[in-house]
Amino acid sequence: MTNGFPRGRAAIVGAATYGIGRCPGVSAVDMAARASLMALDDAGLTLADVDAIYTSAPYEVLGGLELAEYLGIQPRVTDCNRTGGSAFEIYAQQAALALDAGLIDCALITYGSNPASNPPGAVGMSRQSVWEAPYRPIAPASSYALAASRHMHLYGTTRRDLAEVAVAARRWAQLNPEAAVRDPLTIEDVLGARMLSDPLSVRDACLFNDGAAAIVMTRADRAKDCAKPPVFVLGAASVVTHREISAMPDLTVTGAAITGPQAFAQAGIGISDIDVVMLYDAFTITPILFLEDLGFCAKGEGGPFVANGAIAPGGRLAVNTNGGGLSCVHPGMYGLFLLVEATRQLRGEAGDRQIGANIAVAHGNGGVLSSQATVVLGTRATL
Amino acid sequence: MSEDLRPVQEWQAHLAVGRLMLQRSRSTGQFVFYPRVAAPGTGAQDLDWVEASGRGTVHATTVVRRKPPEPSYSVALIDLAEGVRLMSEVVDIAPETVTIGMPVRARIDHGEAGSRLVFVAE
Repeated sequence: MTNGFPRGRAAIVGAATYGIGRCPGVSAVDMAARASLMALDDAGLTLADVDAIYTSAPYEVLGGLELAEYLGIQPRVTDCNRTGGSAFEIYAQQAALALDAGLIDCALITYGSNPASNPPGAVGMSRQSVWEAPYRPIAPASSYALAASRHMHLYGTTRRDLAEVAVAARRWAQLNPEAAVRDPLTIEDVLGARMLSDPLSVRDACLFNDGAAAIVMTRADRAKDCAKPPVFVLGAASVVTHREISAMPDLTVTGAAITGPQAFAQAGIGISDIDVVMLYDAFTITPILFLEDLGFCAKGEGGPFVANGAIAPGGRLAVNTNGGGLSCVHPGMYGLFLLVEATRQLRGEAGDRQIGANIAVAHGNGGVLSSQATVVLGTRATL
Repeated sequence: MSEDLRPVQEWQAHLAVGRLMLQRSRSTGQFVFYPRVAAPGTGAQDLDWVEASGRGTVHATTVVRRKPPEPSYSVALIDLAEGVRLMSEVVDIAPETVTIGMPVRARIDHGEAGSRLVFVAE
């Protein structure tokens, strides 16, 4: 064991998405159940193998209990954490530890949500802070806008830099048949879009559509018997730095500056070893912050780093190859979709958007840059 | 340590009579916002209410856009001279003209929805 993580001793053996875009007429738990069964099928496993559930229902505090009952299983570990969209990277971390300890043998990590097919407000259980509510910020856009304003002030980052992130995501989405939004998008479209909370426009914001996903994890020794090549968990680290944006220690430095180096050290890798980078793109500013904080460029250089299509298909770094939360799917919490796409890339299942990849990083974000979690995944060649 | 401290209610009661109060730890001198039962980090429970200077600087700024004719408005993070940061609104000027680094002064507005701390440009 190195640096607090059992490198390569647990693996993702099943992965699936379901209902991306619009998924009307069903409940969130229906969607999570469908994705779960698809991921188990993908792994060559069945419900009878599952002895741990990790899920974050969009509306139900006791969602893990609900899902266990729905699936008709009695898990030894049931976790419904509340770190926001980063929950799923943390689930992967916790499942790897529980698997390695022998506490469990097979973990199901799943999520479903269909806000686009329900009345506004039907999904979500977060309350606005009494210290912020009187000022009517758009939750969460204004919080990310405040961080972006600071980054622009200190480093000269421009709206055009932000727009590059949205356009790159769209270009990846155009290579992904599953992505919900695939029509052309230009820098000018983003710059001319309706403003939401300056400097962020509606095109700087992630989607709010339907979708479900699931992954199945087991120990490396069992993984070899599964249907598909295992994707090994090489490192995983997380941190919480605040809840509300007014309490963020530094608006331009996220907890990724802590979790990235920690997870990379666990994995024994450097930045140049990473082939695919899945970054939680709630808004266009977030991939810029995470690229800096994870170490792909120096602090403040995220804008120039993404310029000229550098993170789009054919660019210098493959970022958010599924189209991201900006153009593929974001049903309220997006973190699990990062892990699914990373898994597909490492298995060589990514079709037109396939990158030759041995190491992928999935970086989750929760709250308003509040919870950060980095997971490093690798093929067998990286063990 | 005050066993009967009611952080939010006391802050709002002060605001209602026109006082901007912050908590300060007697032992460390640390100012605390938002009000709570113990200072963050140290856990010190020796918190007293002290009146704030009302002087501050804009740390970060955004304009929340509404569909016209509803007016857009400012949402800003303000660093108070005492070293704490809070969310507020810079009022009485066009929200687009609020800039980072701008000196501002606290004002308490009393309305039907209660008392609200806002800031005006110095």
